[in-house]
Amino acid sequence: MTQPETMQYAIETNDLSIFYGKFEAVRDVNLKIEKQKITAIIGPSGCGKSTLLRAFNRMNDFVPTSRVEGEILMHGTNLYSKQIDPVEVRRRIGMVFQKPNPFPKSIYENIAWGARINGFKGDMDELVEQSLRGAALWDEVKDKLKQSAYALSGGQQQRLCIARTIAIQPEIILMDEPASALDPISTLRIEELMQELKKNYTILIVTHNMQQAARVSDYTAMMMLYEETRSGTVIEYDETKTIFTRPKDKRTEDYVTGRFG
Amino acid sequence: MTKFTYPQEQDLQRFVNARYRTAWIWQIVFLSALLLAILSLSALSLDVVDGAFGYVAYEFKKDPLTISQTPIDDLQKEELLTILQTSLSKGAYGKLDKEKPMETRTAEDLYSLVLERIIQVKTLETFPLYDSLFRKAEIEAYVQETYPDARLEFRSWLTPRFLTSPMSSRAEFAGVRTALFGSMWLVTIAIAFALPVGVGAAIYLQEYARKNFINTIIQMNINNLAGVPSIVYGMLGLAIFVRAMEAFTSGAMFGITDTNGRTIMSAGLTMGILVLPLVIINAQEAIKAVPDSIRQAAYGVGATKWQTVWSHVLPNALPGILTGSILAMSRAVGETAPLIIVGASTFISIDPNGPFSKFTALPIQIYQWTARPQGEFHAIAAAAIIVLLSLLLTLNATAILLRNRFQQRF
Ligand SMILES: Nc1ncnc2c1ncn2[C@@H]1O[C@H](COP(=O)(O)OP(=O)(O)OP(=O)(O)O)[C@@H](O)[C@H]1O
Ligand SMILES: [Mg+2]
Repeated sequence: MTQPETMQYAIETNDLSIFYGKFEAVRDVNLKIEKQKITAIIGPSGCGKSTLLRAFNRMNDFVPTSRVEGEILMHGTNLYSKQIDPVEVRRRIGMVFQKPNPFPKSIYENIAWGARINGFKGDMDELVEQSLRGAALWDEVKDKLKQSAYALSGGQQQRLCIARTIAIQPEIILMDEPASALDPISTLRIEELMQELKKNYTILIVTHNMQQAARVSDYTAMMMLYEETRSGTVIEYDETKTIFTRPKDKRTEDYVTGRFG
Repeated sequence: MTKFTYPQEQDLQRFVNARYRTAWIWQIVFLSALLLAILSLSALSLDVVDGAFGYVAYEFKKDPLTISQTPIDDLQKEELLTILQTSLSKGAYGKLDKEKPMETRTAEDLYSLVLERIIQVKTLETFPLYDSLFRKAEIEAYVQETYPDARLEFRSWLTPRFLTSPMSSRAEFAGVRTALFGSMWLVTIAIAFALPVGVGAAIYLQEYARKNFINTIIQMNINNLAGVPSIVYGMLGLAIFVRAMEAFTSGAMFGITDTNGRTIMSAGLTMGILVLPLVIINAQEAIKAVPDSIRQAAYGVGATKWQTVWSHVLPNALPGILTGSILAMSRAVGETAPLIIVGASTFISIDPNGPFSKFTALPIQIYQWTARPQGEFHAIAAAAIIVLLSLLLTLNATAILLRNRFQQRF
């Protein structure tokens, strides 16, 4: 494998399988995620989308029984090799969770804390403002930075979580159903925000909303369960246009058109 | 297809009524439980108050009015000294002065001497508060008949003087000062030991320990240790702190030579060990209650485990941890058995002046006074119980205030 070819992608997986104990939740996934694009992961509930996503920033490490086979390569290095520090991985690959989970601190502190622990040196006020602007939240909160983040609405909290993530300047942002708890207007704002963010970041998003996947993503990975083992895998991965208009796999077509159970 | 049916019409009415009846019965059960608890607590407090106040029949050899115009309770140190000098024989005064120079004695000390040596108060009989309030005439008649020379006076055994006087062999002059200081030293040492160690252990068990056989055993043991009888801790303290670690607990290491291992330090550490499981378990619960989403959020921005624990888990668990230490403190203040084993002094009238002093504590004092046959000792025991309960209340209130301060989170 030549270096330039590897560097072309933000991150890629080679025969990635993820286990919870003996149970193989995700099997043999091979994905090459394009830089500065939005890649959507879709599929029925329980097929391992969250499991796969969390593997990218080693969040699964916190599940004691979890285990990974195969590789996830970033800049040609396996994220699961011994010399890699998972803390560093999580700094480089940020994550926005399904349920907004700001820290029980002030809005300002929510952003400043991550920066501080990562050794940020510079004007903190400016970083906070920039991150909040980046997450399209600045105008709404600029007068109440010292107030509790819990006083924000769900949609605002989620954008705060995005601001917190971009403040530490990761290369990749993982989003696990970031809009599932939000109303259509907040959802739309987050989608617009993603379009804005992809100029600088590579984004991976898990979603159950087909329209959302079609609207925001450039690439789509379709996951499905193997009936006999109940492990999930990627059955089709292509440009979003193709997945939604001319899918190669019959199951994908059924799923995206809503004919699937 | 199976037909599923729910009660209709009259059946429904009956069903609903039955449901409300059940709910009502349970509510009554819970209320009775609460009332029972309140009742027992009131009975306890009433019993204590009953003993601490009431009529006292007493007599004295010399009328206080003949030696001073102002009531001797209000006299200053100098005046008391003059009374002693003039009223006592030279030899008696000289002897006392030799024991401890009179000028260096406290006002409380001199006051007791005046009562003991000159006025020579003698308590004949004490009456509980209830009788004093409602059967006053009977008491008066009884005292008239039994002790014709006696005076009858309504007395509160709990006085400022009771708080500030040291131990004495006469109930009339005895106070809880020494014991109060002893108890405060004890709690301080116990908490200073148990809080950091306990919280540390809880953090390790909750955040770091893997779920394996050894850790499960450790956890089980901690839970069981919380239920071990306190006397066992006393024996442990005797073996470890008093005996094995005598060089440290007696202060010999620090150049203190006049004590053995039966010091505040030994007792405090024993209490610390005793409350340690309590602190650990409560801290664990508090840490468990911190939502995982907060930890994930912290890890998600690249925090290490320590940063996550320090900045998020601990601050959010702090109110719960403080609640645990409130319980621990209350336990440490009230425990008696381990102190007896570790060797609290039975008679000591010098304030503890550091962790390596001999000591006594409130529960010990109460225990000893109740063991006496004389009624006046029971009365001061009741007064000491009130002091102990107030101390508990103060400690708890402080901790609750602290907790509420920390609880003002977002
Ligand atoms: N912590 C865990 N321990 C054990 N098994 C798990 C754990 N988390 C997930 N699983 C299992 O792994 C499989 C995939 O779960 P995952 O959460 O990745 O699905 P998903 O595709 O994200 O589903 P959804 O769309 O409902 O969120 C499921 O069978 C689930 O039961
Ligand atoms: Mg999921």
